[in-house]
Amino acid sequence: MARFLVRRITLALVTLWLLSVIVFLASHALPGDVGRKILGPFADERAVASLDAALGVDKPLLVQYVTWMGGFLHADLGSSLSFHVPVAELLGRGLLNSVKLAAVAFVMVVPLGVLGGIVAALRRGGLADRLITIVGLSATVVPEFVSSIVLILVFSVTLKVLPISVQVPPDADPLTQIYHLILPALPLVLVLFGYIARITRSGVIEALDADYTRTAVLKGLPWRTVVVRHVLRNALMPTIAVVATQLGYLIGGLVIIEFMFNYQGLGRLLLTAAQQRDFPLLQAAVMLVGVVYLTATLVADISYSLINPRIRLGGAE
Amino acid sequence: MSAVATAPVTRTAAEQRREATLERLRLIRRSPTVIVGGLVLLFWVACALFASNIAPHDPIAPDVLHKLRPPSGDHLFGTDSLGRDVLSRVIHGARGILVVAPAATLFGTVLGTSIGLVAGYFRGVVEEVLMRITDAFLAIPVIILATLALVALGPSTLGVIFVIGLVFAPIIARTVRAAVLTEAGLEYVQAAKLRKERGPYVMFVEILPNVLGPVLVEFTVRLGYAIFATATLSFIGFGIQPPAPDWGLSIFEQYSYLVGGLWWPTLFPALAIASLVVAVNLVADGLGQALDR
Repeated sequence: MARFLVRRITLALVTLWLLSVIVFLASHALPGDVGRKILGPFADERAVASLDAALGVDKPLLVQYVTWMGGFLHADLGSSLSFHVPVAELLGRGLLNSVKLAAVAFVMVVPLGVLGGIVAALRRGGLADRLITIVGLSATVVPEFVSSIVLILVFSVTLKVLPISVQVPPDADPLTQIYHLILPALPLVLVLFGYIARITRSGVIEALDADYTRTAVLKGLPWRTVVVRHVLRNALMPTIAVVATQLGYLIGGLVIIEFMFNYQGLGRLLLTAAQQRDFPLLQAAVMLVGVVYLTATLVADISYSLINPRIRLGGAE
Repeated sequence: MSAVATAPVTRTAAEQRREATLERLRLIRRSPTVIVGGLVLLFWVACALFASNIAPHDPIAPDVLHKLRPPSGDHLFGTDSLGRDVLSRVIHGARGILVVAPAATLFGTVLGTSIGLVAGYFRGVVEEVLMRITDAFLAIPVIILATLALVALGPSTLGVIFVIGLVFAPIIARTVRAAVLTEAGLEYVQAAKLRKERGPYVMFVEILPNVLGPVLVEFTVRLGYAIFATATLSFIGFGIQPPAPDWGLSIFEQYSYLVGGLWWPTLFPALAIASLVVAVNLVADGLGQALDR
């Protein structure tokens, strides 16, 4: 177990370091002058030079990288070039908003997906199975912004049951806030549903085919007891852990949904920063997403390996 | 004498192989998902090829006197906020995405297959280093890599191809490596090694043809993701640039009118993307099931 832990944490650290190099190169190794890029072609020569000096981009690349990393490790994130406020403050609020949206999506999709997977597995090969599999497959592969269009049209424009705006007064009660987040969360639900249902289905089928299930059936237990006590208990925990390892899907979707609904979360900040070339904000946002994502997958991987000893004993092959 | 004795044996082996291939082809052709997906895919390819002949109007020329008209006899899908014919834009829009997505997938497949072959063939330190970098790369959300790369390179079609290909390469490398590991223990590879064939020859001439099955399946699966990614990048403004009639771009340009009930400039491109991406995934799913047997 210790070996597995060391291996897994090392991989996470290597990934973070690689991400930092990519972020750094993407924002510093730009062709042309960084100050000129930020200030535009008509800016004064001295203004460009002083901005270059202030950003430290006139020094060698390696020195810049070390200084930059040093600042990061001391939690000194600088301030945003386009919002003119400390980056840490912006990111804190953005992260909170993103977590809210993700939570609403998760609360809807996990029970739905797991239930769909169980039904499909118990009716293996039947109509319900094929329907859930095909609908799930189709919903998973359609981009979030495409399904958003249809969902907005149906629930907001035609039926008028869900608000399209995510802007709620900050003092609104939690229920109102959640109500306004349902429509943006629905496309994420669609993308994740097929995935969760598929994993659950194969987990339940594996448990159905296992020897202990046959033993339980042969010793005369009622089918319901077999399913609830033997099949589901063995199938669901690993399923949920596998689902947690796939947070990447959710993060990619969050970026797009926040952009589309103009919701001030981490993903929206990231895209704004990229479009405005707001490098301090972009770098910090990417690193924050990286840290959140890697921590979550690390926790999921470790809990999965606790449940399933084959992973931790069989190496990472 | 020995030649006479071995000849029939190799012929039956070859025959078995051909029979297996034919059987797979039969399975692929019978699979309803492959047929449905294939037909829809074919439809969009035809649109892309003959766009100028099929489209009733110019997809780019604005007509400010007839903007945001609902679907009618003259404009079957209506007109957008600049008065451009939505039907013509949807037909022409197949072009961009059907060039960019396959090109990106091809780039990623070639790069990934090469990495996978080298890692699976050499093992040892080379494999360890390549696979660790691959794992690390895989752990970064795709959209972030894409955003960063496009910030550095600027939005362009070539940039999108490069970025998506680069993101896919590690995933394909992993699949290929796993296939190479099983092949590397087989006799024909050992025979080639004993003949003192050079590494690249063994990898690309001996092993590669035998791992093409998984590579093909991975290619079609990735193609679906590439369409997803290309459309999404266009939507956030990092992909195909205006005034191209690209689907993702059209949705971005027109979706603010959706709230007012002007649905036609966005719904039709949205349905186009959805049908194309689902079609490719149906084909990929059917191919995967047939080749897995």
